Amino acid sequence: MAKKSYRQAINEAIAQEMRRDENVLLWGEDNAGGAGAKGEDDAWGGVLGVTKGLYPEFGPDRVLDTPISESAFVGAAAGAAATGLRPVVELMFADFMGVCFDQIFNQAAKFRYMFGGKAVTPLVVRTMYGAGFRAASQHSQCLYSLFTHVPGLKVVVPSSPYEAKGLMIQAIRDDDPVIFFEHKVMYDEEEEVPDDPYTIPFGEANLTREGDDVTIVALGRMVGFANQVADKLEKEGISCTVLDPRTTSPFDTETLMECVEETGRVVVVDESNPRCSMASDISSMIAQDAFGALKAPIKMVTAPHTPVPFAPELEDLYVPSTAKIEAAVRATFA
Amino acid sequence: MQFNREQLLEAYRSMRTIRDFEERVHEEFSGGGIPGFVHLYAGEEASAVGICSHLDNRDMIASTHRGHGHCIAKGVDVPGMMMEIYGRRNGVCGGKGGSMHIADLSKGMMGANGIVGGGPPLICGAAMTAKYKKTGGVAVAFVGDGGSNQGTTLESYNLANVWNLPVIFVVEDNGYAESTASGWSVSGTQLDRAKGFGMPGVEVDGHDFFAVHEAASECIDRARNGDGPSLMHVKLNRFFGHFEGDAMTYREEGEIQRVRAERDSLKIFRARVTEMALLEDAQLDEIDAQVAALIDQCVKESENAAAPSEADLLTDVYVTY
Repeated sequence: MAKKSYRQAINEAIAQEMRRDENVLLWGEDNAGGAGAKGEDDAWGGVLGVTKGLYPEFGPDRVLDTPISESAFVGAAAGAAATGLRPVVELMFADFMGVCFDQIFNQAAKFRYMFGGKAVTPLVVRTMYGAGFRAASQHSQCLYSLFTHVPGLKVVVPSSPYEAKGLMIQAIRDDDPVIFFEHKVMYDEEEEVPDDPYTIPFGEANLTREGDDVTIVALGRMVGFANQVADKLEKEGISCTVLDPRTTSPFDTETLMECVEETGRVVVVDESNPRCSMASDISSMIAQDAFGALKAPIKMVTAPHTPVPFAPELEDLYVPSTAKIEAAVRATFA
Repeated sequence: MQFNREQLLEAYRSMRTIRDFEERVHEEFSGGGIPGFVHLYAGEEASAVGICSHLDNRDMIASTHRGHGHCIAKGVDVPGMMMEIYGRRNGVCGGKGGSMHIADLSKGMMGANGIVGGGPPLICGAAMTAKYKKTGGVAVAFVGDGGSNQGTTLESYNLANVWNLPVIFVVEDNGYAESTASGWSVSGTQLDRAKGFGMPGVEVDGHDFFAVHEAASECIDRARNGDGPSLMHVKLNRFFGHFEGDAMTYREEGEIQRVRAERDSLKIFRARVTEMALLEDAQLDEIDAQVAALIDQCVKESENAAAPSEADLLTDVYVTY
């Protein structure tokens, strides 16, 4: 099996679905941009090049540039989805979601319910999230908690290239609106990814490590960090389960509770800010449904409750580290 | 355009249905029979019907808070609409949408919208579907003078032109965004805005079915021919407040009586078609009686219809979980 980067895996997923279904269209800022311009033999494929190569293959009817008008083009994607297309749109940085939040949470998310079950909205909004890029407060946030809060949306946070491809194909085939969070620092990470299309179902957590002593629940980029910690502690005889929910909505509470019942110790690792976050949500689900199984208080490892700082020294402190995760795991034995 | 008798009768029936539906909802709402918020369209009938009488099921419209008239003009089931406004299980949206969200995609109605300016981006998407799939369909976004000031609307003007989409933007200007006069809140003119985006625009008297129909004809033909979007600035009046229960202290004394006496689109239509001997009063009276009976029946059935059950609360969130 060939090694592919997280970027290539996502690109391949979209390309394969576009070949399979002519109703899949791609639009966003700079997706077709630059093509044919002096010094450019191809379109940008979005600001970080995730969709590069799709414009030459599928042409201007299916890969479209948009003005920098998130409300208009995300809303148009919702309208197109409700009327028979399957748009995949790139909303560059998740931080820009505020500009078009209404079209996502009042329109796309609610069509099906408000219209009495008579609408489908097969829409994928791809967006980039996460700190570590030295891009400061307006280009670095982890906003998946906000979207998880809104019923009707499906929210995907893939943790590796393999996961990203399977979840993206599922997202495009899914008949509900999906917000797909890609961690911008992970685009060059590689692993073996099958060439053929495959899907990973939503709402089914993945156990990347299985152990008896502690459950580490981690999201997105944090799954890799948690795996490193689990590998290190294994050598000391502390055996960890690492649970990757894959999708924050729907959420696989069943597997979570099973793991908590087995290990009795829990660390939740979430790159986003701690208040009203996935970390606090997961912790509260455990407190409500598996309190009796707990041998120690639940530990949360998150970013601090601040905007993302610019200075490299500060940003490195902001992102949860393997050291902090390891300390939290050890603390559950205290 | 020349109209045949059937078309004229149909236009009148549609306008009469809107008027009676709204007058009756007003009455029943004041009596406490209808829950929630209701925003009535009465007085604006010639706009919805003048435009939608050009459209068929290929064509999509997006509406506003004031959506009942657009729904009826686009062919949404009238008893199902009344049931929806009452929050009944057999309403067109199963009682989950209510007055502000009535939609029927099978009829090309993408929904009234609880968000001012929510519809124009959506209609750009519907237009993209029509363009990409080459259905020959067009898409119409109704917005009020209030909605015309939303960024979503102006962004949609730009996107529709950049992508050359078959869209007609219809600004229904009844003079008030809720209580705030459009004279105060709209800077510049609607037609200058259209011009600013490089798009043709036309202003029309929204009480005159024939004038609206003719102006719409040009815009819709342009869109169907692949020549892109245009804007209609439809000037009209509403007979009721922004929402039911609005005391309308912002309107001049006697304003509504004057509008009802002088600018009633149904009276204007009737006078025109009977003076020109296109139709007879008796035919129109017969439609009046039929519509009155229909609305009566809608209300009775809605009053007695079942509410959704507890099991309905959790359905329709997703297509698949």
